[in-house]
Order: sequence, then C-alpha cells, then structure tokens
Amino acid sequence: MKIAIASGKGGTGKTTVAVNLAAIAQLNGKRSVYVDCDVEEPNGHIFLKPEIDSQQTVTNPVPVIDDEKCDSCGECGKICHFNAIAVILDSVLVFPELCHGCGGCFHACPKGAITESPREVGKIEAGRSYQVEASGKEGIGFIHGILNLNEAMAVPVIRAVRKMIPESEWVVIDAPPGTSCSMVATVRDADYVLLVTEPTPFGLHDLELAYRTVRDLDITAGVVVNRAGTGDSGVGEFCAREGIEILAEIPESREIAEIYSRGSVIINEDEGFASIMAELMKKVEKRIMAEQR
Amino acid sequence: MKIAITAVGPSEEDEMDQRFGRTKYFMIYDTEAGEYQSLSNSSAAAESQGAGIRTGELLSNNGVGALITGHVGPKAFSTLIAAKIKVFSGGKGKVSEIVSRYLAGELKETKGPDVNSHWT
Ligand code: SF4
Ligand code: SF4
Repeated sequence: MKIAIASGKGGTGKTTVAVNLAAIAQLNGKRSVYVDCDVEEPNGHIFLKPEIDSQQTVTNPVPVIDDEKCDSCGECGKICHFNAIAVILDSVLVFPELCHGCGGCFHACPKGAITESPREVGKIEAGRSYQVEASGKEGIGFIHGILNLNEAMAVPVIRAVRKMIPESEWVVIDAPPGTSCSMVATVRDADYVLLVTEPTPFGLHDLELAYRTVRDLDITAGVVVNRAGTGDSGVGEFCAREGIEILAEIPESREIAEIYSRGSVIINEDEGFASIMAELMKKVEKRIMAEQR
Repeated sequence: MKIAITAVGPSEEDEMDQRFGRTKYFMIYDTEAGEYQSLSNSSAAAESQGAGIRTGELLSNNGVGALITGHVGPKAFSTLIAAKIKVFSGGKGKVSEIVSRYLAGELKETKGPDVNSHWT
C-alpha cells in the first residue's frame, strides 16, 4: 500500500505525520518504508536518522552543440518549450538549469549538431532507520531524494526516487508541499492521499487547492487536521460539504512540539499521539482495502 | 542605432519599467530618425521560465543595439551579450527623460548581471 502525505503549503506538520505513520506501522509489525519526495527540503531524515547504505546520482540529459556542424538555423530554439536553448545571431545558447531533458531539440536539429550530455541535478540515498524500539533487526526502510542547490528540476529526481520504491506492505511517501508538478509527480500512483492541514482560513484555502489536484488525479483523499482546537471551523465545514473524511485530529500540544523540536520520533514518547497514529493507520488501511475490493 | 527601453506603457511619456524580462512594453528609439515606436513584450513576459532569454531574443530580432532598463539577471545578460546589445542602467523616470540622459552620455553601461534569476 502506498500512502502519500501532502499539504497545500509547508509547515503544516506533513513530515511529522509521514514519519510517525511509517513508525507506527513498523511498531505494529508491518514492513514499513518511508520515502521522502520533498526533494527541495527533505526533512524526514532528521527524525528517522537512517543508516544510509546506498547512494546514486540523478542526471538530466542536456544538449551540447557541435559548432562545426551547427549552421545557426534556429530550429532548436523554436522547439524548446522551456526557453532552455536560444539561437542569437550566430551563437546557440544553452541554459542547462532550465532544461527538462525532453529531447525535443536533439530530434529537431536538421544538422545532427546536438548531442546529449548528462548533468547531475540531485541524488538519492537509501538505507534503514532503527529509531523505533520494536523494529527489530529490520528497521524502517528509508529512501530520500535531494535536489542539488540552485537546481529547478525536481521532477526527474522525484521520478528516480519513485522507481526505487520497493513493493512493501506499507509505504509512506512524504510529498512536496503545494500543488506543483512535483506534488503531482509524487502522488500520482499512490493508493491514498492524506492531506494535512491546519484549521485556519489559510489552511483551508491551501487544502481546497490540494484537494482539487488530488481529486483530478482520481485518487481518494482524506484529511488530517493538525493543531486541532485552535483556529476556526472552516476546514470541518468544507470537508462535510465535499464529503471528505477527516481521519485524524492532532491536538495542539506543547509536549508534541517539544519532542518534534528535539528531532525525535513522537510515537516513541507520547502515548496520546501514538494512539492517534495507530487509529489513523487502521483507518487508512481499511479505506484502501475497500477501494481495492 | 535602435535603443530599447523597458516601459510600463506604450508611450514615451510612461515610466521606465525596472524589470527586464517581465516588462510589458519596450519603447524603441531610433537615433537616426529621432522617433519612438512601441514594442509589446507580452508573450515573452508570460513565460513561466526563461522570460529574460525570450525578451533578449525579441530585441535581437528587432535589431536593437542598446538597452536601457533597471535590473537584468544572469541568463538574460548572457543572451544580451550574445546579441551584442549594450546594457545601460536607467535609474528612475519617464522614458523620454531617460533617453535624453542617454543621448547626453549620462547613463552608465552595466557590465554584468546585477540581480539573481527571478528578476529576469
Ligand atoms: S537546430 Fe541544430 S543547426 Fe539549427 S541552430 Fe540548433 S543546433 Fe544549430
Ligand atoms: S532537451 Fe528539451 S528542454 Fe532541454 S533544451 Fe532541448 S528542447 Fe529544451
């Protein structure tokens, strides 16, 4: 089962839910894997402190121009949707950081003057986390993608991370915040999406956008309300109106905030929180089974 | 020579736009004819990425030799260099006033990008 944890914006507690949902499953004897696709700011490792045992780089093919063959015809610049290549007077300019590696220009060049060259845009690390007591020798599987500094192309890194996800009973995927291509690329083959939000007008606004994106992908979604009890009733009313299930409410708590700020897995130290996560896990499992039947 | 200046509207009485790639208009001043013409940049300005590159291309295709604007980012700057377009920093004010200052030799040539990418 693949469960993606998303939110309309950053800072809602998305990573907290993702990390602890992976941890509680492991505690309950499942083979659990945590996958961080928030490649611009992967934070799960802070809490899971994984032992990394494999690494690989992610590259993007970018064009290289052979000046001998190029006659500055301009075809490559016309075909590129991303403005990554431009023909100005008699020179061809390539802007690798804008290139999506789509291959359009390679095929468009009538002179065969363009070849591909791999450019590193990020990397993937994988290993296991032994932060949960009952996890035994196995540990929680851990994979995260990291986009290199000043790179804009998150999607190729996310795709490469997704390819590495093993078949497992329980896979929790931490999605990038927002409703960008990165978020869509992450959640598209999930069995279920949990949208984490706060009960405020801003939270509601971002939740609406995120929910629409997920609904358009035809994936079932449920909501987790973080800092429940603060804010207003807007999120609850929206969910009731749209028929979206609220699967968990995490109360505002100093203790939880304190454990979080120490970089610890919360279910290890707070029983109330652990039982909310256990309940959440069971509900998600049931919903997915019901879908698959 | 043709001089391009970023403008918030299609007239020499409009203010100069501080942005390069996202400017809606250029006023093109032809030093030989002593006349202005407006040039829309709306399609390049609407690009989600690389607006400065497309804008540089537009000026190159229009035979512009010098540009007066506010801020130019690195990718736009490379494009302008390739197009052999000199860049001048215009300060603030109306297009017509800034062009007069240029003609009087009061504007300084910019030799490199002065802002990071999002300004382009
Ligand atoms: S399409 Fe090929 S020949 Fe034409 S400008 Fe681009 S690289 Fe040069
Ligand atoms: S590979 Fe695609 S994105 Fe990259 S320069 Fe060529 S056409 Fe543009």
